[in-house]
Amino acid sequence: MIKVVDLHKSFGDLEVLKGINTEIRKGEVVCVIGASGSGKSTFLRCLNLLEEPTKGEIYIDGISLMEHKKDINKLRQKVGMVFQQFNLFPHMTVLENIMLAPVKVKKMPEEEARRKAIELLRKVGLSDKDNVYPSQLSGGQKQRVAIARALAMDPEVMLFDEPTSALDPEMVGEVLAVMKQLAMEGMTMVVVTHEMGFAREVGDRILFMDEGVILEEGTPEELFGNPKKERTRAFLSKVL
Amino acid sequence: MLEGVYRVLSDAIYFNLIREDRYMLFVNGLKVSIQLTVFAAIIGVIIGLLMAIAKLTNNKILNRIATAYTDVIRGTPSVVQLIVIYYAILGSSQLPKLLVASLAFGINSGAYVTELIRAGIQAVDKGQMEAARSLGLSYSQAMRYVIVPQAIKNILPALVSEFIVLLKETAVAGYIALDDLTRAGTIVRGRTFDPYTPFILVALIYLYITSMLTAFMGRLERRLRQSD
Ligand SMILES: Nc1ncnc2c1ncn2[C@@H]1O[C@H](COP(=O)(O)OP(=O)(O)O)[C@@H](O)[C@H]1O
Ligand SMILES: [Mg+2]
Repeated sequence: MIKVVDLHKSFGDLEVLKGINTEIRKGEVVCVIGASGSGKSTFLRCLNLLEEPTKGEIYIDGISLMEHKKDINKLRQKVGMVFQQFNLFPHMTVLENIMLAPVKVKKMPEEEARRKAIELLRKVGLSDKDNVYPSQLSGGQKQRVAIARALAMDPEVMLFDEPTSALDPEMVGEVLAVMKQLAMEGMTMVVVTHEMGFAREVGDRILFMDEGVILEEGTPEELFGNPKKERTRAFLSKVL
Repeated sequence: MLEGVYRVLSDAIYFNLIREDRYMLFVNGLKVSIQLTVFAAIIGVIIGLLMAIAKLTNNKILNRIATAYTDVIRGTPSVVQLIVIYYAILGSSQLPKLLVASLAFGINSGAYVTELIRAGIQAVDKGQMEAARSLGLSYSQAMRYVIVPQAIKNILPALVSEFIVLLKETAVAGYIALDDLTRAGTIVRGRTFDPYTPFILVALIYLYITSMLTAFMGRLERRLRQSD
C-alpha cells in the first residue's frame, strides 16, 4: 500500500532522514517510536509530501509520489493526517470542519456531506457537538473531531503524529479508544506515538527510529520483549 | 473680562465662518478630503491585495516587484510622491485633479496595506495550511476557505487604522492645488488675517472624524474577537 525506498530529507545542512526503507501493507497498524528529534514527524510528513523528500521514492498503491507531484491533491485524498496540535479550523463549526474537504475537493453535494459528517461524529462519540466551534471543545474532543475530519475523505491510510501528546492525561484514553476502533475496522494506520501501551496492544509492527534511520523493527513482542540493539534497549528502558 | 472673551469668540466665528458664507469653504474642503480618502482607500486596498499576493507567491519576479514597490513608497515622503506623480507622470494628462490625487494617495497607501495584509496572513498558524493541504485542498482553496477568513480578523482593524492615517495624509493635497479641508483653512486665513481660528476649526473637524473611526475600530475589534 505504501512503499518507502531510500528516503532522505535534509533541512539545509541538517540531514534529518538518512535512508528510510519500509513497506506498509493494507490493514496494517504500524507504530513509530523513538526519541524526540529522531525524525519521526519528518518521516510521516514526507508520506503526504507536507515535506518534500530530498532523495528517494515513496509509492502509494504503486504510484510514485515524486513523479506525480502535480497530482498531489488527488493523492493526498488517499492519506488522512491527524496532527499533535489538532489544527481544526477555528472559524468553522465542527460540522463545517468535517464537510469542507468532501464538498470543496470531492464536490460531494452538501446534504450528503452533512449526513456523512453527522455519522462520523457519532462514530467518534460527539453527536451532540455538530454546531459548536472548536474553541468550545476540550482537547480530547478536538482531536476526535480532527480524526472525523480526516475520515470524511475516505482515506486508504491514516497518519497520526503524536495525536495524544498535547492532551491532558485524562483525555488520552478517549482518543486512543477511537483509534483502536479504527484499527479493528481494518484501517491502515501509521502512528507516531509515545503511548507504549497502545503500540503494544494495537500495533502490528513497531518501527524504532533513531537519528534518521529505522534502527530496528518488528512485532510488539519482538521489539518490546526482546530488543536487539543497544540503543533500542536504552530508549525502551527510559519510556517503559 | 468675560465680555471681552465673548467678543473675541463671536468675532472669530463671524469672520471665519459666517461672513461671505465662509463655512462653505470648510464644508466643501471636507467633502474633497473625504472623497479623496475614500477613493484612495479603495485604490490602496486593491493595490495592497495584489501586492500582498505578489509578495506571498513563490514567483521570484513578482516577489521582487512587490518588495521594490513597498520599499520605495515607505522610504519616501508622501508629499514628494504626490508631487512627482502629479507633475511628472499625470500632470500633463487631462484627468481631473481629484482623480490624480486619489491615485497618488492610493499608490502610497497601497504599500502600507500590502504589509498589513501580508502580516495578517502570516499571523495565521501554519498548521492551518498544513491541515487544509493534507485534506486534499489546493493552495488556493486552502487560502480561500481556511487562511483568508482567519486573516481578515487580523487585517480589518488595522485597515481602519490605516484609513485614519490616510485621511490625515491627504492634508498635503493642497500642494497640487486641490481645495481640501486643510487648504480651506489657508484660504480663510488669507481673507481674515486670523492666524489661529481657521486651523483650530480644521483640526477640530479632523479630530471629530478620526475619533469616530477610532471608535468604530474598537467596536469592530470586539466583534471579531467575540466570534472566536
Ligand atoms: N522545517 C524544519 N526546518 C529545519 N529543521 C527541522 C524542520 N523540521 C524538523 N527539523 C529538525 O529535524 C529534526 C527531526 O525533527 P522531527 O522529525 O520533528 O523529529 P521527531 O518528530 O522525531 O521529534 C529535528 O532536529 C528538528 O529540529
Ligand atoms: Mg514529532
